[in-house]
Amino acid sequence: MSLLEIKDLKITFGGLDALSGLNFHIDEGEIVSVIGPNGAGKTTFFNAISGLVTPTEGDILFENESIVGLDPSTVTSLGIARTFQNVRLFPNMTILENVMVAQHCRTSQLIYGALLQTKAFKREEREIRERAIEVLEFFGHRLVGYRMDQPAFALSYANRRRLEIARAMATQPRLLLLDEPVAGMNPIETAELTALVGRLRTEWGFTIIMIEHDMKVVRDVSDRVVVLDHGVPIAQGSYDEVSTNPDVVEAYLGRPVEAN
Amino acid sequence: MSTLAAPMPSSALDQDWRKVLRWGFICGGTLIALCLVGMPVELDRREIIERYLSLGYLSVVLVPIVIGWVSASQIVLEGFESRKQGLFDLVTGLVVGVIGGGLLSLLMVALDSWNLRDPLVNWSPKLFRFLTYENGMGFGAGAWIVTCGVLGLVGASLHVVPRIARRIVAIVIIGLLSLSVLEAAVSDVSEGFGLEWLTDLIYAKKGGLTLTSTFVVGAVMAVVAAVTDGRVKAATNRYRDMEGVERQKASMILFAVVAVLCIVLPMFLGKIMNELLANVGLFLLLALGLNIVVGLAGLLDLGYVAFFAVGGYTTAVLTSPNSPWFAPELHFGFSLVFVVIFAIIVGLVIGAPVIRMRGDYLAIVTLGFGEIIRLLFLSDWLGPYFGGAQGITNVPGVDLGFATVKGTDPRSVFYLVLFFSVIAIYVSWRLQASRLGRAWMAIREDEQVAEAMGINTVSAKLMAFVVGAVLAAFSGAVLVAKVGSVFPTSFMILISIIILVVVIVGGMGNIAGVMVGSFVLIGVLGGPKQPGLLQEFQNFKLLIYGMLLVFMMLKRPEGLVPSARRSRELHQEEFLQDAWLRGDKPGIDDDEDAAPLLVGDGGGEEE
Amino acid sequence: MPTHAITTKSARRLVSVDRFLTFIRVFLVSVIVIGLLAFIWQQFDADNPFAQWRNPGARGLTGDQFKGLLISGLSQGSMYGLIALGYSMVYGVLGFINFAHGEVFMVGAMTGFIASDKFQANGMWESNFLLCLVLIIVMAVFFSTFTAVVMERVAYRPLRNSPRLIPLITSIGVSFFIQNFVLGLFGPSTKSYPRLPEWLAKQRSILTFEIAGTRLLVLVVAAASMAGLWYIVERTKTGKAMRAVAEDKEIASLMGIDVNRTIVTTFAVGGAMAGVGGILWGLMFRSVTHMTGFLPGVKAFTAAVVGGIGNLGGAMAGGISLGSAESIAPLVILEPLGVPGVSQLKDAVAFTVLVLVLLFKPSGLFGERLSSEDRA
Repeated sequence: MSLLEIKDLKITFGGLDALSGLNFHIDEGEIVSVIGPNGAGKTTFFNAISGLVTPTEGDILFENESIVGLDPSTVTSLGIARTFQNVRLFPNMTILENVMVAQHCRTSQLIYGALLQTKAFKREEREIRERAIEVLEFFGHRLVGYRMDQPAFALSYANRRRLEIARAMATQPRLLLLDEPVAGMNPIETAELTALVGRLRTEWGFTIIMIEHDMKVVRDVSDRVVVLDHGVPIAQGSYDEVSTNPDVVEAYLGRPVEAN
Repeated sequence: MSTLAAPMPSSALDQDWRKVLRWGFICGGTLIALCLVGMPVELDRREIIERYLSLGYLSVVLVPIVIGWVSASQIVLEGFESRKQGLFDLVTGLVVGVIGGGLLSLLMVALDSWNLRDPLVNWSPKLFRFLTYENGMGFGAGAWIVTCGVLGLVGASLHVVPRIARRIVAIVIIGLLSLSVLEAAVSDVSEGFGLEWLTDLIYAKKGGLTLTSTFVVGAVMAVVAAVTDGRVKAATNRYRDMEGVERQKASMILFAVVAVLCIVLPMFLGKIMNELLANVGLFLLLALGLNIVVGLAGLLDLGYVAFFAVGGYTTAVLTSPNSPWFAPELHFGFSLVFVVIFAIIVGLVIGAPVIRMRGDYLAIVTLGFGEIIRLLFLSDWLGPYFGGAQGITNVPGVDLGFATVKGTDPRSVFYLVLFFSVIAIYVSWRLQASRLGRAWMAIREDEQVAEAMGINTVSAKLMAFVVGAVLAAFSGAVLVAKVGSVFPTSFMILISIIILVVVIVGGMGNIAGVMVGSFVLIGVLGGPKQPGLLQEFQNFKLLIYGMLLVFMMLKRPEGLVPSARRSRELHQEEFLQDAWLRGDKPGIDDDEDAAPLLVGDGGGEEE
Repeated sequence: MPTHAITTKSARRLVSVDRFLTFIRVFLVSVIVIGLLAFIWQQFDADNPFAQWRNPGARGLTGDQFKGLLISGLSQGSMYGLIALGYSMVYGVLGFINFAHGEVFMVGAMTGFIASDKFQANGMWESNFLLCLVLIIVMAVFFSTFTAVVMERVAYRPLRNSPRLIPLITSIGVSFFIQNFVLGLFGPSTKSYPRLPEWLAKQRSILTFEIAGTRLLVLVVAAASMAGLWYIVERTKTGKAMRAVAEDKEIASLMGIDVNRTIVTTFAVGGAMAGVGGILWGLMFRSVTHMTGFLPGVKAFTAAVVGGIGNLGGAMAGGISLGSAESIAPLVILEPLGVPGVSQLKDAVAFTVLVLVLLFKPSGLFGERLSSEDRA
């Protein structure tokens, strides 16, 4: 059974088709990469899944239920979390708070509990904190310790990317959407993050859709690759299949293959 | 070799004359504006130092000092060699002061030769007499040019003298000034403790410090300033650096001291002081509510006064026998239940349409709602229910069984206000560190991402709106119980804006800041109708509020007592720089990860 | 790839808030419809039970009364329009609400009073009215422009890149300051403009409309100013620079446009329009105080939103619609519903229009023109 299924998705911005005729599915436990040249509609694809953009036509089914037209917050609470291409943290909140606030939709205490400091409230606060630290520790020592109480804007670029992934993990999703997770990282950081993406599946059980430009990363982690060009899917399949597909080579892969 | 930030002047007279002239004109313009607004003449009634200095002269005298100081300050850039300040700056200050004084003298000439009283109400012989010290034109003009010059020089010289001297001067001046301003408060307190002789010793009969006490107190303060130099800062730093249990303990002690003071002090205070404290408390309560809406959730609610009105009218209708339509004459405590209910309802009704609007539209629309609610209470349409312009009178106080809280006994009102303020402080404190508080912060930072991270922004924002509404309604209820009546005119937009000033001057998002803000502004200058300690400022306080709001936004948007988060937000770059200087190296904090790259060793194996 | 600006979603799951909003929309619309229908019925047959349903005493309006309301709405609305231009232009260029713009208008009205008062004292007002009119307009425009420009320089320029609520709060402070500064200078009393000369103020009949000369004058001057503004913005180089800066400041500066100067010009032009508006206000209502700027200011902002913020034609149209709605709606909608003392609710109607527009069409009736960053 597919975890997420997309049927004939079409999105139009002022007469311009950002996406059209997209059919897509991902099974539980898969890692799928979405690639394509600039302007191919990859981020729009993510925005549509996470509810930030409403499709013009087509349907998006998550666990066989349509999620079209839902608020982004509802989509997240159903179990889809994402990161952003241009990292968007809460810059003035501390690192710990960034991860704590992401558990909003998994927790329930409101004014009453906070004012009366009920047992349930205290337990929940403790759990939120513990879970936040657990998530942060996944990235090694970088985000824990004294750094937890530093504002997010003080982090380095690579650490911001890591924190953003941590924040998405904290929403306890089943499906994780990573928008260019290694953009702007140096080779060592990239290698490390590639390994982490694999561990996200094996240790945390996430299903992952990833937009990526770095073909090495795509090759190393993904079970399947989807290629978009001008809003239209032109190929799907394993990395090897796709990379030898003449359409893809023509549209996109020509240069990166040579560069490798 | 270091570079110069600006070209070095060859001599003290090699000034940037355009800049000097500009500051001189600003100085003169400010002086003239001050005179024409009528401040000096009106404030002349209040003595600061008996027979030697009145508040009126002080207000004029301060201008050249401040502008002298500002004009002579130079921008110091990190890593650049800056000019040593000295004679050059003294000349700047002197010239600026002299130009200012000269312009003031021109005003005197104009005052003497033309009569512009018709449009300018303060164009009066009184002003002329004030400016000339009743000694004639020539004397006045000369005196002002010389004084302003000297004062500009004094202002500039503050840059030149050693730091310790600057500190002593500042503390002595501020100390004497506050002692004089607080005259009513000090004499009230000492009377309460049976120390009337102290009052007689310090203050002259007609108000103001006596000359002797000025010197004695000034000397004492100078000594204190010299002795405590550096220690206050060390103490606050120590408190700030404390961690965990120790910090908690210190905070508890601090809190206990404040609590005891709040409970015990009013018993020794007279009626006027208690009235003042009650007013401060009322505005504190309003400001705490607005702080949740603006400071925590980032919603600029300019119609906040609407909820104040709802609380007031609900209480009045339910408790007063004079309510025109429905008068159940409930007990205050019982009516509070309905106050909360109506506040929540109105909060939701006003909140729902505005909550999705962008921030600035929300401000104006809430302002519109504030006006609509006032106009409705005022109108003939709802007049039969709420009394229209006549309002509802004869609201009984709060009957507690052993005592009654009502306006004639301000001390009891203060305790009532204190009770509600404690609730408000508790609410803000607890909510800030809860799931909801974090959600508000996230919404303030980036609403769209907050939504994508699973926060239902609409309901979170509505909740902030409603919590603020309930707190404001409480103060409305207290106000009505205190005054004993309610009129639509008590709920002008002005109040919303004054509360906003209190929150911003104090420090948005910070409970301590809001408290300081309401004590300083409402206590000293007074509320829209309530007089503060400086009653002479009655006609000028709104002017000063406006000025303060602009000044704070330009120079210190985080407020007097900023919350750590807020000042980080507004000074991100400085924060990073400080951290870098301390050696934290944020921004490039992956040095340890990047290092292996140079060695050629595989990085990122720490996990 | 170019990051698509994440547009706000059009379809959402109905949450309780939305349901409540729908309820408010339906409620407001039905109030308006019922009021209107009852009014129309009254016009045809005053004894009809539906017309008498809420307000048995109502007799509707005569044609002349209606025309009178329309004219007074139009002339007042054209003033709102003139002020609204300033809000709209500043919002278009800087993306914040200049709350103190109402005070600029007040300064214009105040200047006009002082000048006309002096003219009347030496008799020129009667003998050579047109010259006086031109002179007071010039003076009011000068002082209003001066106020607006100084305001920009001192209070807003240092805040160019701060979060958008900060300049708004600052402008509230500026507004407070100017109000109370004027109060200090000129005192709290209400100032009355001198009466217009009889040959101008007398009633005239144009196209079956009975119109007071004063109102005619207001309409003519407003139309002339609007035409002048249109010429500046659409036909001159300065106007082109203004539009470019409104679109994108950074790119505009790369194209060699002096952004600071253009912003100052924007403030100046907006101030000048507000100055003209101030004079017209003085001539029409003949009274000015230091608080004169507040309500017209907020209403003019409403007009700017109604017309679509950033859209100059829209601002003028919005002003006129708001003015007419404010003068007609109480009698046409509220009176038939049996609300007593409807004229007191004039201001409430204006604010309700704001809420209505934002509930139904937040981008205004004629569409807003903003750069993409301001639209967020």
